[in-house]
This record gives sequence, C-alpha cells and structure tokens, in this order.
Amino acid sequence: MADEVVLLDFWPSMFGMRVRIALAEKGIKYEYKEEDLRNKSPLLLEMSPIHKKIPVFIHNGKPVCESLIIVQYIDDVWKDKCPLLPTDPYQRAHSRFWADFVDKKVYEVSRKVWATNGEEKKAGKKEFIEIFKILEGELGDKPYYGGETFGFVDLSLIPFYSWFYAIETLGEFNLEAECPKIVAWAKRCLQKETVAKTLPDQKKVYEFVGQMRKRFGLE
Amino acid sequence: MADEVVLLDFWPSMFGMRVRIALAEKGIKYEYKDEDLRNKSPLLLEMNPIHKKIPVLIHNGKPVCESLIIVQYIDEVWKDRCPLLPIDPYQRAHSRFWADFVDKKVIEVLMKISTTKGEEKEAGKMEFFEIFKILEGELGDKPYFGGETFGFVDLSLIPYYSWFYAIETIGELNIEAECPKIVAWAKKCLQKETVAKTLPDQKKVYEYVEQMRKKFGNG
Repeated sequence: MADEVVLLDFWPSMFGMRVRIALAEKGIKYEYKEEDLRNKSPLLLEMSPIHKKIPVFIHNGKPVCESLIIVQYIDDVWKDKCPLLPTDPYQRAHSRFWADFVDKKVYEVSRKVWATNGEEKKAGKKEFIEIFKILEGELGDKPYYGGETFGFVDLSLIPFYSWFYAIETLGEFNLEAECPKIVAWAKRCLQKETVAKTLPDQKKVYEFVGQMRKRFGLE
Repeated sequence: MADEVVLLDFWPSMFGMRVRIALAEKGIKYEYKDEDLRNKSPLLLEMNPIHKKIPVLIHNGKPVCESLIIVQYIDEVWKDRCPLLPIDPYQRAHSRFWADFVDKKVIEVLMKISTTKGEEKEAGKMEFFEIFKILEGELGDKPYFGGETFGFVDLSLIPYYSWFYAIETIGELNIEAECPKIVAWAKKCLQKETVAKTLPDQKKVYEYVEQMRKKFGNG
C-alpha cells in the first residue's frame, strides 16, 4: 500500500520550509495543505492539539509535529536514500546541537528586527549580526555545515535566507557586508534544486512581513 | 582502551540529572565534576563556548552539550544495553515531541513561580497546573510515559520531581491534590535505583532555591 503523506504548512514559515526541503531531498510525494493561521483548520487542531502550530506532518493518518522532529522522523523512515543526519553518533550530536542553536536563537532574533521599531530594533539588529557571526565561525571553510554535503544543520538554517531581504530592509543593514560567508553558503545551497524550488521569493516574504507589521500597528 | 567519560554538572540541575540517570541506566562509569556557576571553570568555558552551561558530557576529550542531545548521544553510543528511546520511528518522534514539550514549558513556569509575586505568580501557578494536567493526559493509564518501561520522556521529566517540595512551598500549592497521577508516576520512577540515587533530596533543593531567591531579592 502506498504511503499517504500530508503536510499542513504556511508558505512563509521557515519551519515548514525545512520539512518541504527534507521531503524533496528524499523524493517523497505528498499532499501540501496551506493553513490560514488566523482561521486554523479542524484538521490542524486535531493533529496538533498541544501547540496548534504548523508544520504538521501526517504519515498514514498519524501526525508528527515540530519541524526538527519531523525531519528526523523523515530521515528515520526513508533511510535508504539521501541521509540528512550523519551516521556517526558524535557527528549526529554535533548536528543536533547546531540545529538546536538555530532553533533557540535565529527565529527570536529575526523577530526582534522585523517585528519591532526604534531602540528595540537597533538592539535586535546587533544581536542578529552577532548570532550570524557565530554561525559563520561554525561553518568555517566548509562548503556546508554538513561538510562536503548539504545536511541537517544546513536544512535548519537555509529557510531563513528567504527572510533576509525583509530583515535587511527593515533593519537597514547589509548582511553580505557583515557575514559574507553566510551569504556565500546560502547561495551555494540555492544551487540545489530542492532548496531553490522550496524557498519562496524574498520580495514576496517582504510583502508578507509588511502586512504583518501593519496588523501589529508597527507601520 | 577504556572510555574516558567526564560530566560537568551542577547538583540541583534538572538537566544534569537527566544525564546522570542515563549514565546510570547504561551502567557507565564517569568522573563527576560539580561546577560553581558563579565561577565557571576554564574547562567548562572551553568545552561549551557557545552557551557556557552545564551539563557537558566529555567523551574521550570531545564535548557534547544540551541535555536531551547528550542523552540521545549516550543512547546511540552505548546502544547494546537498556535502550532509552524506542526503536520504531513513530514512537521515537512521539518521545522526542514530549521531551521537547517538557523542555519548552516546565522550566519557564517554574521560574515564573519562584521569581515573581502577586498576580504574575498566581498566573504562573495556573499555568503550572495546566502544563502538568496536559502531561497527565499524555501519561494516561500507562505506568510510564515510555509505556511498560522507563524511557526518554520519563527521564526528561522526573528530575523536576526533586524541585516539587520547593515549588509547593514557595508557590503555596499542592501538586498531589491537583495532579495525583503525576505524583504517583514520580513515586514509581523513584523505585528505580538509578533515579533514587540520582535525584537530590527535595529539602536540600528547597534550601538552594531559597538562597537563590534571597540573592536575587525574591525571598
């Protein structure tokens, strides 16, 4: 019996993009369902009753929630093709650590830039650059965080690239000038079809962020 | 060559306790080093330069940080005995989800109760019970979150039991009255030698919390 795979998602979500990239890397066919987050579907509320958030991955009727947990699940189930995590336990722990760092730091600090004004925004911009300099340090001279190949950490971070134009414009800074290695790495990832086809257009994300800011009374 | 295992830790840390329980479950010999968090050792700063936090597991000189990542590392390296995570990918994802829920929710609400007053503290208390009732719901009628055997989710949550007396006293609440299943589960876990030997005495934790509260002007 063929696998039934459904993804509940929201197009600008960096977390959803991680899952979309993982599914593309593994060549898994799935049904994509776009959620209206101001009017969540009964399916979403049933499948993610605890957090009520996207992305939710539904595999043969059973839900998996939280993007990094979903990606590891996908890697565990479809393990015969295109491994996303390394095989060595120490390298796996190292990958999990850096994906966790992205989770703990990058979304929050991005919000501090796009969802604020004035002094708060200025402080957010400083922190954003600091965090990306730490990420540059971890990348070092490697082509990818995974080493020679695109892996778990690359997948956790690359979706934020689609938000860079919005953050740079609102934050009034040039990320390429501050963190050239990060931008070079991102452009290398964008050469992969799975990433290029998944990430939404930066200008489209910028328009979306503008709408959110108006709604929050920031514009 | 025998494995060299060192744990940098701090005795009241729930996160450290998770690692200590995992090491005990696997029967791994290790050197325990208690850190003074007001005067962190050069070793800690070298081994965890990003977060500068405990616990840090150092295995043959190589550090692993973040408690749930450390526990998964231990489970993968010493995989021949006493598995902590389930083998089935869906069950693994389910375990990771609930351990992540514990990570996201419990420490924050504990801090709210310990460090605030008045309305904020009352809100914290309400939230505490909401969270633990959700956990009771997930436990259901199972002896452990892991089912018939103590597992990853049990291990992530049980260290908080050593803080219950402190929370009940400072928060003026009765956890057993509101969440009897959780307390019954905790007492079942305490029957395991690995847990009983790891968890510090509840009164000792209360004294520590009171010292911290006085230092930060909350007590």
